[in-house]
Amino acid sequence: MAAVAATSEAIARKALKLIKVDYEVLPHVIDVVEAMKPDAPLVEEGMITVGVTPPPTKPSNIAKRIEFAIGDVEQGFKDADIIVEREFNTKPVHQGYIEPHACVGSVSEDGTAELWTTTQGHWVARAHCSKLLGWNINKLRVTSSEIGGGFGGKTVVYLEPVALALSAKARRPVKMVMTREEVFKASGPTSGANVWVKMGVKKDGTFTAGEAVLKYQAGAFQGSPVQPGAMCAFAPYDMANVKLVGFDVLSNRPKVAAYRAPGGPISEYAVESVVDEIAEKLGMCPIELRLKNAAKEGTKAAYGPKFGPIGMVECLEAAKDSPHWKAPLGKNQGRGIAAGFWFNIGGETTVNLQLNEDGTVTLMAGTPDIGGLRASLAMMAAEELHIPYEKVRPIIGDTATLGYNFVTGGSRSTFSSGLATVDAARSIIKQACGRAAKLWEIPEDAVTWEKGEIKPAGENAGKFDPMSLADIAKVAGKTGGALVGVGAITAQGAAPSFGVHIADTEVDPETGHVSVTRYTVIQDAGTAIHPDYVEGQYQGGAAQGIGWALNEEYIYNDKGLLENAGFLDYRIPVASDLPMIDTIIVEVPNPRHPYGVRGIGETAIVPPMAAINASVKRASGVRMFELPISPPKLLKAMKSAK
Amino acid sequence: MKHHVTTTVNGDEVEYLCDTEQTLLDCLRDELGLTGAKEGCGSGDCGACSVMLDGRLVCSCLVLGVEANGKKVDTIEGMAKGEKLHPLQRKFLEHAALQCGICTPGVLVAAKALLEKNPNPTETEVRYWLAGNLCRCTGYDKIIRAVMDTAAEMRGA
Repeated sequence: MAAVAATSEAIARKALKLIKVDYEVLPHVIDVVEAMKPDAPLVEEGMITVGVTPPPTKPSNIAKRIEFAIGDVEQGFKDADIIVEREFNTKPVHQGYIEPHACVGSVSEDGTAELWTTTQGHWVARAHCSKLLGWNINKLRVTSSEIGGGFGGKTVVYLEPVALALSAKARRPVKMVMTREEVFKASGPTSGANVWVKMGVKKDGTFTAGEAVLKYQAGAFQGSPVQPGAMCAFAPYDMANVKLVGFDVLSNRPKVAAYRAPGGPISEYAVESVVDEIAEKLGMCPIELRLKNAAKEGTKAAYGPKFGPIGMVECLEAAKDSPHWKAPLGKNQGRGIAAGFWFNIGGETTVNLQLNEDGTVTLMAGTPDIGGLRASLAMMAAEELHIPYEKVRPIIGDTATLGYNFVTGGSRSTFSSGLATVDAARSIIKQACGRAAKLWEIPEDAVTWEKGEIKPAGENAGKFDPMSLADIAKVAGKTGGALVGVGAITAQGAAPSFGVHIADTEVDPETGHVSVTRYTVIQDAGTAIHPDYVEGQYQGGAAQGIGWALNEEYIYNDKGLLENAGFLDYRIPVASDLPMIDTIIVEVPNPRHPYGVRGIGETAIVPPMAAINASVKRASGVRMFELPISPPKLLKAMKSAK
Repeated sequence: MKHHVTTTVNGDEVEYLCDTEQTLLDCLRDELGLTGAKEGCGSGDCGACSVMLDGRLVCSCLVLGVEANGKKVDTIEGMAKGEKLHPLQRKFLEHAALQCGICTPGVLVAAKALLEKNPNPTETEVRYWLAGNLCRCTGYDKIIRAVMDTAAEMRGA
């Protein structure tokens, strides 16, 4: 590897041209099914598949095989009246954040280093860079800059270690910025995939068995999201017999990175498309079919857990009652519906609350704010502390000023940093009560907190005027020093979020072009802390899914080179491509969070592809099995169906 | 050789030195410290760098710094009058019409240009006018609502 630092971009480019690299062109493979064939060119020589017993004797491009199952699928298929078996293909799509990767690394004369970078997790960036550079972790201080979109793609490092290594040599700050072309070519898209699904069903609509084989592209290094894809596949349904097999497959493509609900949109697109076909074959309403099989509290998911209170049924009922579901359709229009699921995570989280001497509060969190986190945390702190929202200033701390935080990802930040915020706020209240006890010279347990006031617990405790947090703040110095609340936790109890999307499309019979004419997102938020931002997540996820369904794909030529590395040719949805996106926030509180919060950011990208697919079937009469549903493909299918 | 450029930015006469190949976007950001306009693509596809040049909406990544000589540039930094937000800015906050915010300066500049031309746009007109401003976070819903709501308020005022 070579890297150049210069005082200007122009000089750096000239210097790069002086480096001559000779490439030997080797055989390549970019298709996932081709890459799995025994005679495929090997991306990594000598790689033996993990997860197969006994281990294969011959190397292949299959890095890993996973499997999980419940019940007996063979018996389940025997019990079925109807079996539908289908194969689907999806293309790699990019997260498409508008801000390219960018960072500044600065190593000073004394060897300590600072890094400013656009990231979803600066503690993780710190760990990666320190490991790659062989540094002690405390040598490097990382600040996350305001992020211009991430969607999972900014959970890994690309430029950062290079900028730091260059700075260590140059003893000057080094700035690196990717061009848009580099973003497409060198930073992670998500997997393209081949998915086979088989489902068995009774005449009354009861699912008897579900089986799927998921083949996910990892790029040139292993690590596709096939595992979460398998976890999501049949999760919306209460099914006794499920079997899932997944393959993590190397090919000569960019290494994939996380993209919003990694793996879930691909597997659920396939399963939900089969569910839609089952509804059609049975002549059953697709909502009723899903209601008959919907996962509910106590349902055991194929990947292990028993669900607590979940909102799948509530979302389906809300969809059935929505004005959208009942609205008439026009010519060449169709309506589709699909469900989606994401499990959500918790994880290591630290929040620091300072009660300032004027009674205001500084809230420091460490999960970068990617769409309204700071507002939501400030609301939770204000609620706990019984102070106005405006008195809380939320900021994102750097790695030297706050304890460890795992990335903003897995829809965990409002949930996990929210839990830590509540912990920190309750600690402040406890400390404030202690200070009052000291002032009043009464025992601590004789002081109570009631709706923002610190009071003697009862008549016997003594007679003192109630104090506010601001009163305590004023005398902090005299009573023991600053009041600082720390919530340092490994957040547990993240609860899944289920969603249902309704899509109307209109298909142009002459061109095969699909327009989305109406769209509704229905999703369980647990409790929506900041409803506008919750809606924003629903709408944004839907828009990304619509792009995935209709437009977006990595296009390669026969030499294995990417042909559309720019926003002109890799076309994400623009304002004129979309209708308003209606939202219905369903609230089934998560009992493991003091305010009932569930993660909500990722589920919204899961249902759109199947919802659009089902809608296009009804609008055009043609059922598609490949994404994106681009005009030439759909037109060809419509012509051959005639 | 550097070029000496004299231009008007947000009503103030300013000057800067720039290289021939430096874009107006780079000059605004690196020479004048006006970092509101953003570079999302560098090829005129995303609109995050939108500014007004002599009253015309342009992608400042496609304009050279030297081309601004003797012209009038208006950027997002000139949109609020002191503490007083432009109605579009206020409505964007009210509608929560942004998430990460990187597209927001470009969207606001473009939307202001639209409302100056057409104070009573239909939803379709707003959508097509803003089709050159990519947003990956919001799905555009709240952006379109905020622009329509601003237009209604400004017509009423």
